[in-house]
Amino acid sequence: MSNLEQAVSPAEFDGTESKDGAAASPRKPFELSRRGLQLLSWLAPVTLLVVWEVLAQAGWLSPHVLPAPSKVVRTAFKLVTTGSLLNDLGISLLRAVAGFAIGGAIGFALGTLVGFSRIAEAAIDRSVQMIRAIPFLAALPLVIVWLGVGEAEKIFLVALGVTFPIYINTTLGIRQVDPKLIELGRIQGLGTLELIRRIILPGALPSILTGVRYALATAWLALVVAETIGAQSGIGFLAMDAREFLRTDVIVLTIVIYALIGVTADAIARLLERRLLAWHPNYGGAR
Amino acid sequence: MTLHVVPSSVASPAVVVTNLRRAYGKRVVIDNLNLRIERGEFVALLGESGCGKTTLLRALAGLDPIDGGRIVAPRRPAVVFQEHRLLPWDSLWRNVSLGLQVKDPRERAAAALAEVGLGDRLDDWPRNLSGGQAQRVALARALVQQPELLLLDEPFAALDALTRIRMHDLVRELVANHRPGVLLVTHDVDEAIALADRILVMREGRIAFEHRTKRDGAGRIARSELLAELGVVASHHTA
Repeated sequence: MSNLEQAVSPAEFDGTESKDGAAASPRKPFELSRRGLQLLSWLAPVTLLVVWEVLAQAGWLSPHVLPAPSKVVRTAFKLVTTGSLLNDLGISLLRAVAGFAIGGAIGFALGTLVGFSRIAEAAIDRSVQMIRAIPFLAALPLVIVWLGVGEAEKIFLVALGVTFPIYINTTLGIRQVDPKLIELGRIQGLGTLELIRRIILPGALPSILTGVRYALATAWLALVVAETIGAQSGIGFLAMDAREFLRTDVIVLTIVIYALIGVTADAIARLLERRLLAWHPNYGGAR
Repeated sequence: MTLHVVPSSVASPAVVVTNLRRAYGKRVVIDNLNLRIERGEFVALLGESGCGKTTLLRALAGLDPIDGGRIVAPRRPAVVFQEHRLLPWDSLWRNVSLGLQVKDPRERAAAALAEVGLGDRLDDWPRNLSGGQAQRVALARALVQQPELLLLDEPFAALDALTRIRMHDLVRELVANHRPGVLLVTHDVDEAIALADRILVMREGRIAFEHRTKRDGAGRIARSELLAELGVVASHHTA
């Protein structure tokens, strides 16, 4: 670090203290190391948590409005050991995974078709875009009329939310593959399937994975809404059940769980990107 | 959209072009062009921008349809472009063996990469290569297919002068070893003189000028003469 600064400082070569040299120096009065900045970024949320805890303990915050963080943690332990928290969590995850798999498969299949074929685009794309214009949560009453308030309705809603981001990014990714590389594939004698496998899908992958990340966020939103309405199990059911008994600690716990699942899903998506796009300068990182 | 590329028998020329015609709408880009390249022969094609030389190369590569005449080539030629066109998501050996229908693609690719001096970079990514190195991989990818016709579309134009000279030596050596027929499309008169057995100048869709050099350097054409053929007055150019 200091070597670098010496190398770029013009004063070093002049042997005089020029004003320009001093002004151009990269060192600021309060410069923190990378690690220091990282610590600082965690300081604010931790402080907030401590303040919340203190306020709750002192009785300034009513437990019905916002229970202490420690109380939420205790509730979590109790629900895991004696209650059905893990079971509900499993059910919620299963719904999300099923919906994501169905919606993702449909979005990818349609996106691939439209990406490759102008005829398919003419036939399909406008209809898909029209359906996409509907905020998918607005379709909820209709979905309930069709499917009732069972598992099918929840999985359908998640799938609906997932389909469009995957569809759009798959189509876009395929369209953006460098035509010069496709031409090269033809010169090297690749057949259509090999061309798709070796050139078009890898070229479209960054865009497809962006779609996956976006779809994960939508999937959670869909799940929360679906589970809030008439569920008999799952994290959302836990929250609505707790509302009946004014168990704010359980409600806060479910919110935290939703957040944690969202963060985990995003981390998995990032890991996928780093693995699958190791070749890509913007994702791979390690050279 | 028919491609008039007819397979020919073994031990024939690398390519024979007869009365080739190519037009974009009313504009005729290649007009009744005839060309024959023997195996092991290195032909350089010079010409101003827009004279049709790249169109000719693309027609020979089977990338564009033709509007008249015949192209008789043994089989699919190999092409090296100005850009390396390496797949960024594949390692070097996967790039070199792209489309290769053999049992041991990695070994073949390794041999080809060794030939261009990159035998120790089999599993490296294209993004870690310099411009010259990437172009060497592109050459390896072309030659691993053992082409009878090698088409070079200004492959060294984007390289710095020193790298270009090294690439000239490498190409000369590779062509001497593999003996494909070569068509080099270039803007660079010196490059044509340095590499080619035969220099063609294309003008208005035809071969307007042809010069045979001998390999030992005797009978070399004067640079100014070629430049004059290209419509450049030599005195305006400093060597």
